[in-house]
Amino acid sequence: MPDQEKYNRSDPMAGAGDEDEEMQSAVESRTLDLGTMEGETLIKAERLGDHPETPAAGEERVAPRSLWQDAWRDLRRNPIFIISGLLIVFLVIVAIWPGLFTSTNPLNCDLTKSQQGPTSGHPFGYDTQGCDVYARTIYGARASITVGVCATAGSALVGTLLGGLAGFFGGWSDSVISRVADIFFGIPILLGGLVFLSVITIRSIWIVVAFIVVLGWPQLARIGRGAVITAKQQDYVTAARALGAGSGRLMLRHILPNAVAPIIVVATIALGTYIALEATLSYLGVGLKPPTVSWGIDISAASDSFSIAPHMLLFPAAALSITVLAFIMLGDAVRDALDPKLR
Amino acid sequence: MSSSSTSAQPREATADTVESPLLEVRDLHVEFRTRDGVAKAVNGVNYSVRAGETLAILGESGSGKSVTAQAVMGILDSPPGFVTGGQIVFKGRDLLTLGKEDRRKVRGSQMAMIFQDALSSLNPVHSVGSQLGEMYRVHKGSSRQDAKAKAIELMDRVRIPAAKARVGDYPHQFSGGMRQRIMIAMALALEPDLIIADEPTTALDVTVQAQVMDLLAELQGEYHMGLILITHDLGVVADVADKIAVMYAGRIVETAPVHELYAKPAHPYTRGLLDSIPRLDQKGQELYAIKGLPPNLLRIPPGCAFNPRCPRAQEICRTTVPPLFEVTDEAGTPRPGRASACHFWKETLDD
Repeated sequence: MPDQEKYNRSDPMAGAGDEDEEMQSAVESRTLDLGTMEGETLIKAERLGDHPETPAAGEERVAPRSLWQDAWRDLRRNPIFIISGLLIVFLVIVAIWPGLFTSTNPLNCDLTKSQQGPTSGHPFGYDTQGCDVYARTIYGARASITVGVCATAGSALVGTLLGGLAGFFGGWSDSVISRVADIFFGIPILLGGLVFLSVITIRSIWIVVAFIVVLGWPQLARIGRGAVITAKQQDYVTAARALGAGSGRLMLRHILPNAVAPIIVVATIALGTYIALEATLSYLGVGLKPPTVSWGIDISAASDSFSIAPHMLLFPAAALSITVLAFIMLGDAVRDALDPKLR
Repeated sequence: MSSSSTSAQPREATADTVESPLLEVRDLHVEFRTRDGVAKAVNGVNYSVRAGETLAILGESGSGKSVTAQAVMGILDSPPGFVTGGQIVFKGRDLLTLGKEDRRKVRGSQMAMIFQDALSSLNPVHSVGSQLGEMYRVHKGSSRQDAKAKAIELMDRVRIPAAKARVGDYPHQFSGGMRQRIMIAMALALEPDLIIADEPTTALDVTVQAQVMDLLAELQGEYHMGLILITHDLGVVADVADKIAVMYAGRIVETAPVHELYAKPAHPYTRGLLDSIPRLDQKGQELYAIKGLPPNLLRIPPGCAFNPRCPRAQEICRTTVPPLFEVTDEAGTPRPGRASACHFWKETLDD
């Protein structure tokens, strides 16, 4: 900053005469609403002015920060983000390489050990089928995380696309998309799951993901539509249009980056609930089916004999709770960073 | 402190250019179809701008000055706004007959607009340099590096100190005056033939206003552009404009070369505007204000739209809409560029 050098001299006013232009900009930044940059520079300048003998240390210019860099700075300082982030990293590693944590095959069961409590080498004990509960809990992470991440990505994509188009174009396309979203929004998710999923006989993870996307996109479409409508009315969009930007450019470069923050926040929080939803559907017998290993299936199987062997239920249930909690905490932290007004 | 650079302005340049104007707005009508009825925002506006010339459009809020500009740029929000009649002839082509894509290509490269509030008119998520560079990348297909170099050059042109260091900064890191300079730089980027500045200095404080106006006038002279300056501030206009059009209730009520308008207004509304400027030599006296409010555009009064507020109003003003009379001097020789939409322009002129 040129202003800076001037103030660094022993007499701040000495150079005023020969640096008219710079002086004006200094006056201007004093009297006008202060941008962050100017504010910081002024505070520094004033401190230096108070102590003229202070050597003009080569003050480094504060690097400009975008919204995302600002959010990232906030996040890094948030203990909730650190805790949930570490947990999620751990869970993702477990989901990708379960073999790192157990050498027991979760499908390799021994009925003679049915419902036995924890023993050495098998810390969580055995379930009714005589399978190792620890191994099943570890392997169950994969189904939960896959469903959660894929369903969130899918509904965020579909929801942002449709909601964004509805918000940008308005008119009849908005009416059609919004009504369709309302219809899907009106379907109770558990009832819908019991009806749809019991009709479909194939039971893969992808069917469950598709079901969650179909019922989950309207929530994100609504958020996306609102955010796009807000961003669309901003002056900078009119300004970009006045300088010759076409629809595609307006949407992708000027509106989307300003509308994406609330979508990310809602999607992150939804991730946790989708994991819980998968477990619920599996518990009800319409989600995943054995031989897929899922916490929901295990909880369901263990619930009959909870009074005899509570360990069968407690460990997968705890794993599920921790996972859901981690994602919801992450969502909260992301919301605080991206949208401080919502706090 | 403001008039030093304006003297070397393009006034001599206007004489030798081709006489056909750069932009000609003919009998433009714009209306807004709202739930409460049709608001006639612009009712038959005519004006023209030559290359290198500055036209100031003066008027209260709601007089239709910004709407006219938006119609010229083709950025009117439609619905509810509709151009219902007239022609906008730019470099010999009627813009209203062009297709959407052709009009888009005119914007930015041949005509550009500067907005009032520079902070909200700059996208907060992109750095200033990338927004300036976008003009070159999109319209000219420059590479990222070229665009950045051009952006720095532009920031230097509009005298932003330490342009090289600040090119990556975001709009919120600049002061109000600097932001407005960036807006000007963006409008100038592709050296358009016409710039429309919609109250470019209203959001700035007085010292910065003068700097920004000087800069605008200087760059306009240099690139020999037409400039339409929309404002409600008579003080801003005096130094920079060549001619003035005063708007009221969607019509032009008086046009005149800038100094003649200040010296001898020919419309009671213009007179009222001039009288309502605070003056140091009348300290202690009550400040003049035009009585009443601008008319509701849903219900423009019959006859002359200004008649309910006019001190000179007679019966004819309530029944007959005054056409734009040519203003002549005592001997009857027409004064070039002067016109007034008042039945009693002669009496007003003589006051």
